[in-house]
Amino acid sequence: MTAGSARLAPYLLTGPALLVCLCLLLAPLGATVLLSFYDWGQYKGIVEEFTLKNWVEVVSDSYFLEVFLRTLRIALAVTVLSMLLGIPEAYILNRMSPPWRGIFLLIVIGPLLISVVARTLGWALLLGSTGILNQGLISLGLLKTPVEFMFSETGVIIALTHVLVPFMILSVWASLQRLDPQVENAAISLGATPSAVLRRVVLPQVVPGILSGAVIVFALAASAFATPAIIGGRRLKVAATLAYDEFLNTLNWPLGAVVATLLLIALVVAVVTSNRMIERRYAQVFE
Amino acid sequence: MSRNGPLALAFHALFVSFILAPILIVCAVAFTPEGFLSLPTRGLSLRWFRAILDYPEFIRAFRDSVWLAALSSTVAIGLAVPAALGIVRYRFPGREAMTALFMSPLMVPHVVLGIAFLRFFSQIGLSGTFLGLVLSHVIVILPFALRLVLAASYGMDQRIEHAAVSLGANAATVFRRVTLPLILPGVVSGWMLAFINSFDEVTMTVFIASPSTTTLPVRMFLYIQDNIDPLVTSVSACLIAMTGVVMILLDRLYGLDRLFLGGGKA
Repeated sequence: MTAGSARLAPYLLTGPALLVCLCLLLAPLGATVLLSFYDWGQYKGIVEEFTLKNWVEVVSDSYFLEVFLRTLRIALAVTVLSMLLGIPEAYILNRMSPPWRGIFLLIVIGPLLISVVARTLGWALLLGSTGILNQGLISLGLLKTPVEFMFSETGVIIALTHVLVPFMILSVWASLQRLDPQVENAAISLGATPSAVLRRVVLPQVVPGILSGAVIVFALAASAFATPAIIGGRRLKVAATLAYDEFLNTLNWPLGAVVATLLLIALVVAVVTSNRMIERRYAQVFE
Repeated sequence: MSRNGPLALAFHALFVSFILAPILIVCAVAFTPEGFLSLPTRGLSLRWFRAILDYPEFIRAFRDSVWLAALSSTVAIGLAVPAALGIVRYRFPGREAMTALFMSPLMVPHVVLGIAFLRFFSQIGLSGTFLGLVLSHVIVILPFALRLVLAASYGMDQRIEHAAVSLGANAATVFRRVTLPLILPGVVSGWMLAFINSFDEVTMTVFIASPSTTTLPVRMFLYIQDNIDPLVTSVSACLIAMTGVVMILLDRLYGLDRLFLGGGKA
């Protein structure tokens, strides 16, 4: 191979993918940001004139603020719940012996491959006022009248936690796999109690895994669409379902583009800064 | 290694029931003999599975979904294999930026992608077309395909290729007879993961699908928005069963945790 073709080779190999990403990812995203600055009217449609009115409308209207706050609240709740459930479960899985470990790992992570619509449908069946959860709680005497979990934030949070908790388990699982079991044994031989080993030896080493799992869960929860649309119904809007409405029902595309741009910026900033912080703080773990 | 205590096992049992409950309930309700949503307490019936056959929209959407997933994951793998080899073999200006760009669709919310493609395709006259669906799906699944091919390429011993070259093989032969067979597990798993992600995608597709070309998850989503009846549970049950088969295949072939975590030393 000549020196010239060796210099060219990497670009020839990555070229097709690069071209596709430039034309089909950066161009459409750029066009969306541009769209958010266009004028729109009920009868005139989209007018390609620069205006800030969509941005002013979204920022000043308390309805949009409410939707964004609800999205943030749901995403935070789902992240916390996923941590509370996912961290212990990953730890328990890691301590299982081989045949069971593989089987339960498949059961716990496998649902990631099942369509979100099918999984959410299950929660709609469980959570409805005549659903299984209500019947169970009533027959146990814990409830007198059925509670409507459907179309409520609680319902959305429960279903979203179910959809996203496997990501938390995966992330914690990965960092548990990197642990050296000898360190645990050393702590035990030095007289540490099991809880001290967990708290002072295991936990500090898996913190980066927990945090990066939390970032993934938060980002996916904040931009989730199908689950809040089905469980939350038409009334309980989050950012993603709001944008959907503006695009396909109200047909105010520029306004929907503002919502989408805000969501994109908020998430990219949140993900990039938290990943930076995690990597800097725990640099030694990522060597 | 210490065992899990009874408390831990109780937590584990509760957690596994939490994970399985909504999936099992869908499958149980699908077998109801009644005309409304209920658990099959009066025996099992296949009437709602037969009802799928009378509802051609689901069948057509399923066929479109399979074609879409097969086409877009093949295109994505076709882009990912050379790109991965370029990234692994060479150090060149823009290498990190390019890798970040290829992986970036993972970070962009699918609802934003849906909006972006809806606008973009209506501008260039691709809205509502099957080609538009394929192109948008290629973008979304490229990171999954690329990550697994990258992991396989990093894990490959390049001296084997050098040996082939020194024995007189030309570049095409080396790729076909040496490189490709060595990275094949990564390529196959990458294709399957890309296929599943394309097949399951709903958030982005709901924006750009048209009534005539739509996918199964979108069709199910729109159906559920109107009303939930046993028909959609039997469709979901079929989907869950098929996914289960693929899941076990992938686990045998590659290991499910490695599949999601990127595997190897990427």
